[in-house]
Amino acid sequence: MKKVLDIMQKRAKQLLGEGIVNRVIGWKTGEFGYDQTPAVFTSAAELSSLVYDSFSAPNLSKYLIEETKKEGKALVFLKPCDTYSFNQLIKEHRIDREKVFVIGVECSGKVDINSLKSRGAVGVIGVEDNGEKVIAHTLYGDMEFAKDDVLLEKCRSCKGKQHMVFDELIIVNPVKEEKNDRFIGVDALDAMTPDERFEFWRGQLLKCIRCNACRNVCPACSCIKCVFDNQNSGVASKASPDTFEEQMYHVIRAFHVAGRCTDCGECTRVCPQDIPLHLLNRKLIKDMNAFYGEYQAGTDTDSRAPLTNYTKEDVEPNVISDKGGDK
Amino acid sequence: MQKIGVFICWCGSNIAATVDVKRVAEAALHEPGVVYSADYQYMCSESGQTLIKNAIKEKGLTGVVVCSCSPRMHEATFRKAAESCGLNPYMVEIANIREHVSWIHKDIEEATEKAVILMRAAVAKVNLNQSLTAGKSDVVKRALVIGGGIAGIQTAIDIADAGYEVDIVEKKPTIGGKMSQLDKTFPTLDCAACILTPKMVEAASHEKIRIISYSEVESVSGFVGNFTARIKKKPRYVNEALCTGCGICAEKCPSRKSKNEFNEGMDTRGAVYIPFAQAVPKLAVIDPTACIKFKTGKCGLCERNCTAKAIDFNQKEQIIEEKYGAIVVATGFNPIKLDGLEEYGYSQNADVITSLELERLMNAAGPTGGVLLRPSDRQHPHKIVFVQCVGSRGLRPCDKPYCSKICCMYTAKHSMLIREKYPDTEVYVFYIDVRTPGKNFDEFYRRAVEQYGVHYVKGQVGKIVNDGGKLIVHGSDLLMNEQVIIDADLVVLAAAIEPDPTAKSVATMLTASIDTNNFFTEAHPKLRPVESPTAGVFLSGVCQGPKDIPETVAQASAAAVKVVGLLSKDQLTCNPCVAGSNELLCNGCSSCEKVCPYGAISYITKEVRRGDFRRVAFVNEAVCQGCGACTVTCPSGAMDLKGFTNKQIMAEVDAICK
Amino acid sequence: MQVENKEFKPTIVAFCCNWCSYAGADLAGTGRMQYPANVKIIRVPCSCRVNPTFILRAFQRGADGVIMCGCHPGDCHYTSGNYYARRRMTMLFDFLDYLGIEKGRTRVEWVSAAEGARFASVMNEFVKNVTELGPNKRITDLRCKMEKEGE
Repeated sequence: MKKVLDIMQKRAKQLLGEGIVNRVIGWKTGEFGYDQTPAVFTSAAELSSLVYDSFSAPNLSKYLIEETKKEGKALVFLKPCDTYSFNQLIKEHRIDREKVFVIGVECSGKVDINSLKSRGAVGVIGVEDNGEKVIAHTLYGDMEFAKDDVLLEKCRSCKGKQHMVFDELIIVNPVKEEKNDRFIGVDALDAMTPDERFEFWRGQLLKCIRCNACRNVCPACSCIKCVFDNQNSGVASKASPDTFEEQMYHVIRAFHVAGRCTDCGECTRVCPQDIPLHLLNRKLIKDMNAFYGEYQAGTDTDSRAPLTNYTKEDVEPNVISDKGGDK
Repeated sequence: MQKIGVFICWCGSNIAATVDVKRVAEAALHEPGVVYSADYQYMCSESGQTLIKNAIKEKGLTGVVVCSCSPRMHEATFRKAAESCGLNPYMVEIANIREHVSWIHKDIEEATEKAVILMRAAVAKVNLNQSLTAGKSDVVKRALVIGGGIAGIQTAIDIADAGYEVDIVEKKPTIGGKMSQLDKTFPTLDCAACILTPKMVEAASHEKIRIISYSEVESVSGFVGNFTARIKKKPRYVNEALCTGCGICAEKCPSRKSKNEFNEGMDTRGAVYIPFAQAVPKLAVIDPTACIKFKTGKCGLCERNCTAKAIDFNQKEQIIEEKYGAIVVATGFNPIKLDGLEEYGYSQNADVITSLELERLMNAAGPTGGVLLRPSDRQHPHKIVFVQCVGSRGLRPCDKPYCSKICCMYTAKHSMLIREKYPDTEVYVFYIDVRTPGKNFDEFYRRAVEQYGVHYVKGQVGKIVNDGGKLIVHGSDLLMNEQVIIDADLVVLAAAIEPDPTAKSVATMLTASIDTNNFFTEAHPKLRPVESPTAGVFLSGVCQGPKDIPETVAQASAAAVKVVGLLSKDQLTCNPCVAGSNELLCNGCSSCEKVCPYGAISYITKEVRRGDFRRVAFVNEAVCQGCGACTVTCPSGAMDLKGFTNKQIMAEVDAICK
Repeated sequence: MQVENKEFKPTIVAFCCNWCSYAGADLAGTGRMQYPANVKIIRVPCSCRVNPTFILRAFQRGADGVIMCGCHPGDCHYTSGNYYARRRMTMLFDFLDYLGIEKGRTRVEWVSAAEGARFASVMNEFVKNVTELGPNKRITDLRCKMEKEGE
């Protein structure tokens, strides 16, 4: 990974130096070693603080909405899953492709600091992925973990190692594709009784503090003004004393991104209350795939999303009542 | 704050017998914004309307709720009344307390309670209503007719006679369509050419009609009253201005292998040809796929022989761009391909022909000079079998589910003409049903049976086998309940008709809809049969559904009347309940554009705030029909529908659920 | 609680498109076909105008059931609106079921302008189903409920 970072820094400096780009969007270390934040670098000197390792989880594509409004071209580093979001934003005319230089970087999965902590890692200052295991460097020495135990949810259900869009690629150690079923969690809920599902979601949504982190990080939630902030929309709201607001908020949010959500998993990653928000989006993805054919948002820039499309032979809504369960 | 008046109609006893109208009127006064309420026996009557008008004037009402019958009934009436005394008509809403309350509920308590709730919802909506002004758009006084068959010709002549310019775009080198290929027409047996060709000439010589032949409409943009069409004119390789239609080129052309389309491929033509003697425009055309000059670079015989110097091998495709106020689709039909219907052996046997081919075999200008000779050996057939419903009314994928409508009558015509001209010929007709609803149609059919001795067999044909020149037709006679085997010399198949293959692309271009069989859909199957659901697009002839000539002509004239009605207006009033985008909220994401069935949404780059240039949605109000599809796909809520805004509908929801 | 069960009359919001279903409801009226007064109809131009937000809003404000009616697929006045609505509502209603909201509370029906009798029978059946489910407790705003009861 160190080697990848070296190449990234070298190439970024080169592109800056040649004037092809005038800034670089990447990651830098935040308050703690494990806490990386997106950052803009404008000089070779600044680029020395660019980082890329198993903590570089943030999806940088959304930042390009603002960045491409500025003069000149921006260099951005995108992991395979981030490129889906990037394409989706191109499709929605939110990013000017001409003003971005995309370097796709390899990714073998990002590590969830909370998983490390819950497995006893204290004082984490860095992390390393040797391909087999994840080694956490802590103030008190190294600790070794099985990868599956400590990867972020979004990486455990990785969509693939291919970049959907790029100008250049930096891949030192090709990562092999691993099959996984990202709908397992949804299937499990689907198998429950409605009462059980209701209890599950009530338990989850009650935790919601309406911090809006899921919305703010979501590349599909890129509205200039969100309906929840717009007093005229009729749904504007803040945290509330009972469940309804959360249901309303999360249902509407899931719907607004339905067919546009690339399943990048950022919502779940940033939720401070550990609500498995991806289970909402993935349910819609699962349904759309089942009802209207396989569709992955962000694989291209011109296809029609399932909810802005139709066929005359589409399933009728009674497919839901016919599938059993309670009334 | 609005000043709303609520008016409760008794509708005689229709409402008042089940709804306590006084109580509704009383309850209305407690609703926000309501300053006045009244009830009256017949609110829609002259005096009822006066009551409303007076209240508007005296109380200075800014909004009106009428609790009465369905808005589908009298919304327009009350809006007009409001408008007559200066209130914007869109400040009036109806609470439907007749069809949705008094007529379906018996319990007065329950009905009154529901009436109050519906009144409350309407008041809640009116509180948020805004004055709407219908936009105006100019009308281009020129019509486009796509297709130059009898339907297109008739429509064009009628529009032109009313004084408006018309362009007919025909994809073939000549107008005339299928009718020009017919020999005689039922039930009068007058010759098709005798009645059609004068119309073709009339169209060509009409000062208001321009015929753009050998051309296709490539794209259409715009909206009712203001369409822009791009028409692609294919190269004829013959200068239209110079060609005199003398036909010397066609005579001299050494290439003779091309199938003659006009005679359904039963004889050949040169690479340069005039489709038929009465073609309009009567101009030669070179088929570059057959022309020796195009293929080898040598020849040019036509060029050397053309005294008018009209041959031009360098002619290029041309694009004509023109504006139109109205568009008429008259794309017509074709007989279906019979390859899939194996039981008839159409592709294997030369003597199994279609009815359209028979028309050519019987026509004096046809390949046999009007003498009925069968294609295989040019012998006179003595036993002919007609098969009806070939590919019509079938359930297999190769069949059409519908009745092609014209076959029963033309088969009766064919059999009658053959028996008349060749009395020694026996004629059998296999049919499922004989359908003859039309003026003088059944009489015509009965003449075929009774006077001309045509053998009608109720049943279908299972297979046709070629046995040494004889066609052995295996059929069933359902009335006698027996198998029938006929050794025929000629078999004529009444092939189903289907819309021209261009129908689909034309429909897409015009955002007009077509049904599962690719026939154009009418705006209303009974009340608006010649209009498509897309404003400004009209339907003429078989493109809308199977029709015979008289029906086609009637519909063609009807479509012309609709076009003339439109073109006679200088300006159109648009529906003010259209979508509109709040530019400050619009992300420019293109979701709305994708679901708009009318292509009303486009994107512009606009400075929404100083220095902030953004791509934002722009609704063409003249094109928008107000369905609201865009409003729901819009993630940011920028798109809203006037008259049915998000806030208005939510206010209604709130009032009902309160 | 007991009182509620005995006297429970659900609040039902029906979104009807102007061209088919609303006309179908009118025809039910013209034909004097009875269906419960619990059903309150909101007229929209097309089923595609029905925003999921409206449905959630209805539940929030105390509706016990929401039904959306449109033209039969293929018959949309606006040619394609009900096709979009069909997808959207299928997704929404399955999603609500996923959250554990009783699926009997939501329904989509295609009712043509000629189907007055069907409109009435659909409403009768829907009201019966929702009545059996009892009051909506799973997706409602307690504040709205308190306001309602306090009145």
